[in-house]
Amino acid sequence: MTAPAGAVRNRPAPPPPATRPAAPARRPGARARFAAVPLVGPGALYITLLVLVPVALITVYSFFERGRFGGVVWTFTLENFARLFDPLYLSVVGNSLVIAAVVTLLALLIGYPTALMITRLSPKWRTVALIAVLLPFWTNFLIRTYAWILLLNNAGWINQALQALGITDEPISMLYTPQAVVVGLLYMYLPLMILPLYSALAHQDRQLGEAATDLGASPFRVFRTVTVPLSIPGILTGCVFVFVPAMSNFVIPELIGGGKTVLVGNLIRDQFLKARDWPFGAALALVLTVSLLLLLVLQSRLSKRLTEGKTQAEGKKVRRDA
Amino acid sequence: MTMDTHAPAGRADARTDASVRPELLVLSGVSHSYGGVRALHDIDLTIGDNEFFALLGPSGCGKTTLLRSIAGFETPEAGTIALDGVDLVSTPAHKRPVNMMFQSYALFPHLSVERNVAYGLEAEGLGKAEVKRRVGEAIETVGLGTFARRRPSQLSGGQRQRVALARAIVKRPRLLLLDEPLSALDRKVRADMQLELKRMQHEVGMTFVVVTHDQEEAMSMADRVAVLDAGRVEQLDTPVGLYSTPRTRFVAEFIGSSSLFDGTATAGGVDVPGLAVLPAAHALPVGSAVTLVVRPEDIEVVAPGGAGLLEGVVIDTYFLGGSSTVSVAVPGREKPIGCTVHATSTARRGDAVGLRIDHTRSVVVADTRGTEPA
Repeated sequence: MTAPAGAVRNRPAPPPPATRPAAPARRPGARARFAAVPLVGPGALYITLLVLVPVALITVYSFFERGRFGGVVWTFTLENFARLFDPLYLSVVGNSLVIAAVVTLLALLIGYPTALMITRLSPKWRTVALIAVLLPFWTNFLIRTYAWILLLNNAGWINQALQALGITDEPISMLYTPQAVVVGLLYMYLPLMILPLYSALAHQDRQLGEAATDLGASPFRVFRTVTVPLSIPGILTGCVFVFVPAMSNFVIPELIGGGKTVLVGNLIRDQFLKARDWPFGAALALVLTVSLLLLLVLQSRLSKRLTEGKTQAEGKKVRRDA
Repeated sequence: MTMDTHAPAGRADARTDASVRPELLVLSGVSHSYGGVRALHDIDLTIGDNEFFALLGPSGCGKTTLLRSIAGFETPEAGTIALDGVDLVSTPAHKRPVNMMFQSYALFPHLSVERNVAYGLEAEGLGKAEVKRRVGEAIETVGLGTFARRRPSQLSGGQRQRVALARAIVKRPRLLLLDEPLSALDRKVRADMQLELKRMQHEVGMTFVVVTHDQEEAMSMADRVAVLDAGRVEQLDTPVGLYSTPRTRFVAEFIGSSSLFDGTATAGGVDVPGLAVLPAAHALPVGSAVTLVVRPEDIEVVAPGGAGLLEGVVIDTYFLGGSSTVSVAVPGREKPIGCTVHATSTARRGDAVGLRIDHTRSVVVADTRGTEPA
């Protein structure tokens, strides 16, 4: 809203005609606010309809009793939240946390060197590498997932290759295991780790590395004491980008995990579509949304504190120079 | 005369001084190119122990490449660089007993002043107490004691520069490389820092190699200056030597604000087309292309009409405090001629004047433009 308003305001005002000296001062502001409507409108409408309304609905639903065939009976209750502490559901949450954490950690371990390597390429190859990273996104999600099924199943390519090479006699069951879910999620969300890391690393001042080297730091020490600390905002962003969707994904556990590995996402889906317990599903969704939101807030706070020095210093510098 | 105000007379023996100094850094035949473009061309330089040495030249002359080759960030394609007789080229950058102060300072934004300065000592693996003591000393040396816990972003440009200097000298390198150390500072701070750097170089007893495009900076700080152009050393001399006896046209043009007269050598003078035959002492072959270099203080502004004078019209006068510069347009010459006049000039714009060149003090150099070696 401020951007278009500012743009209008910054436009050099036409010299006011001599006969009407003071053009109404508030006019440009009002016009700018009006001009902003078509720009902001669609986005605001989208967010209201597809984010705010559903969140409001699940918030309301989560405080009422379930209807017999789905829907909600309008009797207030906190039962839905109390059930979250049922060991059965807690174990699902725990499971999801572990899997999402493992996926995030693996994505970081694979993504960091990849992103670092991409920044060291020549501009031409950098573009090629970034396109390669993004390529899976342009392929249909189901096709990508079925490709993994083809690779991982007992008669799949990996098992065929292992047997052909004589490494194993019998096929190893890989599909429908928690590990397979991790692999599927990792494959799906790795680009979301690489891109923020790449952005953070590419914007790092190359001279800082040279300065550290010049001061006698070995390449590993430069990496540990300069490259990594300065990329922490990128690391945090990447981790949140991977952790949040990994935590709530339900398709991959279903297809690659064979429904045996139940994650929070599956649980929520099941409450709405199978158990017909909308209020409980809503409570689960609400808790998940709020937790992930808190995570985002935490991440942005941390990043801000890490980069804060700059903005704070500008203020101080002005005062000192005065 | 004015020359003395530019460089104290005591400096004149700096050249002999430098050759007496034990050799510290010896570069021989150093060449480098970027994608087929020659950045360094067979550079031979010897830098003495404890010397304040400047690499001076316009941007793109190769001075930074040379500095980065010494630091280890570029590997020259040919030639050797030896420090104390030990080959540097095969030593990785982080193992060279050489430190560099970067033009952008390259301070670690995530570390406090203290930790920035301590970085090099920690990399060396020194004990905590030792690191603490030396960091404290270095921070005191540059006068930043009260800022030790600040982040670089909380400092002014001049303070950041001091941190960068402290971080480099705390390692007690044999050789300190400074890449345009003063270019990011404003004029007033720059003048202070020039003196400070000079003082500090004496105090810590280190060899300084400064890269700069600012002739004034190089002339006021350095014991010796190598003027670089297009990857070649044009002249290696003391500031006084560079000023009084430039040996190439490039140096004459780059240093000071001399007027250059291109022409043909005659016996005992230079035939400047469109002007006159200007007398000058030289030993260059008659008929060769030469350039007569006349410093502004060697031209006297007199009344027109005398014998042997160049005649022209004053187009402007610039008051510089102790002296003025009178800019005179001479028919037959494109560029106006600058003359230094002591105290306030009586010449006004539009006055017809005569110019008397002190032929005993002018210099003739070969004009090698057009015959540049490839």
